Amino acid sequence: MSEQLETSKINEVCLRTLHLKEPHTIASYESIGGYSMWRKIITEKLDRQTILAQIKQSLLRGRGGAGFVAGVKMGFIPDTAPHPRYLVCNSDEGEPGTCKDTLILQYNPHQLIEGILIACYVQGIDVCYHYIRGEYKLQFDCCEQALEDASRLGLVGKNILGSGVSIDMYNLLGAGSYIVGEETAMLESIEGKPAKPRSKPPFPAQFGLYGKPTTVNNTETLASIPVILEKGAKWFLEYGCENSGGSKIFCVSGHVKKPGVFELPLGTPFKSLLKLCGGMRTGAKLKAVIPGGSSMKVLPASIINKLNMDYDSLQHHGSALGSGGVIVMDDNTCMVKTLLCISKFYQHESCGQCTPCREGTGWIVRTIKRIVEGEATLKDLSLLVDVARQVEGRTICAFGESFSWPVQSFIHHFYDEFEYFIRHRKSKFSGGFYV
Amino acid sequence: MSQKSYQLSTKLKKSIRNWTVKFPKGKRSSAVMMALRLVQNEHGHLEDAHVEAVADFLNMPLIQAQEVSRFYSMYRHAPGGQFQLKVCNSVSCYLRGSEQLLNHFADKLDIKVNEMTEDGVFSLQETECLGACCSAPCMLVGDDDYQMNMDLEKADQLICSLKQRVES
Repeated sequence: MSEQLETSKINEVCLRTLHLKEPHTIASYESIGGYSMWRKIITEKLDRQTILAQIKQSLLRGRGGAGFVAGVKMGFIPDTAPHPRYLVCNSDEGEPGTCKDTLILQYNPHQLIEGILIACYVQGIDVCYHYIRGEYKLQFDCCEQALEDASRLGLVGKNILGSGVSIDMYNLLGAGSYIVGEETAMLESIEGKPAKPRSKPPFPAQFGLYGKPTTVNNTETLASIPVILEKGAKWFLEYGCENSGGSKIFCVSGHVKKPGVFELPLGTPFKSLLKLCGGMRTGAKLKAVIPGGSSMKVLPASIINKLNMDYDSLQHHGSALGSGGVIVMDDNTCMVKTLLCISKFYQHESCGQCTPCREGTGWIVRTIKRIVEGEATLKDLSLLVDVARQVEGRTICAFGESFSWPVQSFIHHFYDEFEYFIRHRKSKFSGGFYV
Repeated sequence: MSQKSYQLSTKLKKSIRNWTVKFPKGKRSSAVMMALRLVQNEHGHLEDAHVEAVADFLNMPLIQAQEVSRFYSMYRHAPGGQFQLKVCNSVSCYLRGSEQLLNHFADKLDIKVNEMTEDGVFSLQETECLGACCSAPCMLVGDDDYQMNMDLEKADQLICSLKQRVES
């Protein structure tokens, strides 16, 4: 793909209503063909397996961060499974650097509802709970309005369009927690408990919400489904690149000239993305990028500059696409202080049920603080790496990796900066942390 | 444990009931998160007696309601300022000067982070990622009033306009 992006290839899937006058309304959504697929499916009672096969063929992968193939996940509930079955839509966006689902909720809520309905139909699901993060009250209100409008037209609820099929949907509002974004923690939260992830197995498809078969999907994943079915799996697959079907919403934050959110074909070169943001802030050079939300591994400019933004490309070079939160740092950024900031977040958000995480997050923060306060020795650096490695893979959920990976990668790529800080008791860089 | 007895108002009970109907029969405790939020919206913060009343109304274990009220960060257990300024200090905001913004508020209001002004109008705190990273630095006034693309000038204007709201 050339570095020059075709402008027609921006915001074509989940954000396709963004250019409309009142993008969030049902009239706007229907004006671009919205709900036509759902009407067709429900009135003609299209074959579930055929629809699922298309979603599989599109290679749509989970957009929340894990990147699991969505069509495969949607096949986990066996046909013989008991009812009620649940779908949980995860709009608890909280990974630092990520602000994409908020746009879908605010500007294209009907496409999300259509995606949810199709996903429910395919899996024989009776009820969807849509969990929105607590601070997104505005977005919650948009979704409530959209749900009301869709219900009024008989598109959701009991006996949809006279088909005999009933799918109930409810929007829920969280109360402030990062870990509730982990799928089993979210189930706990809906059950009215602290959001502590469950041990797996059993997996949600067998024992999910209230012990019933459940699928949990990210907002962007579900909102992609109507477009996949309208334009065809092949269109979606070819829109992206090998192994990464379709589009991805990238949220570029940090030291770029114009931070912003762009929905682009997977496989878009990082350089093109940077260009869309107007390049680096005046006078600054690119130093490093965290390509997929703060829990993914950082990559120095020399590596990221050569890469495309897709699952394989980033993974082969030691990081991951994650949630699509692209955090850009310029050459004046102190990596030690930045790592402290990231690690403090994870310390604050650890649910505390697994010892390696409960203890490890604290150790890591205190050790980096010692460096920043000029009280560390070089031994502390190996201690940091050691603790980070000990945690990885030893916790119930992926939170262990989430705070371990930044530590490992920051020290791996910027060892000299950590060493300099310890030896000279001050940062090698003045720090670009200004408004 | 507070000795003060507290009863949910009829209005609150009605609002909470509107949430319990979203959940299956026998799963009323699923509404605890919203119930606590609604009670907090009415009273400004949560006291033991409030949590107890919610647990009673939802017919759920008191300890479970208490755990929920302590686990999630949006529940407050002490009075905050009339305007609670919550500045995001996670990485995207940090890179764009959230620390500087926090210090600026602290200077202007003559308080430290996690303190409240003497007149009870403002309180200041750091908060974790608010999901508005491309509008960094961002902050909240209260629970859901987002202020985006902040700078020092906008911070001054915000304080001014909130002060005016108090006076009028």
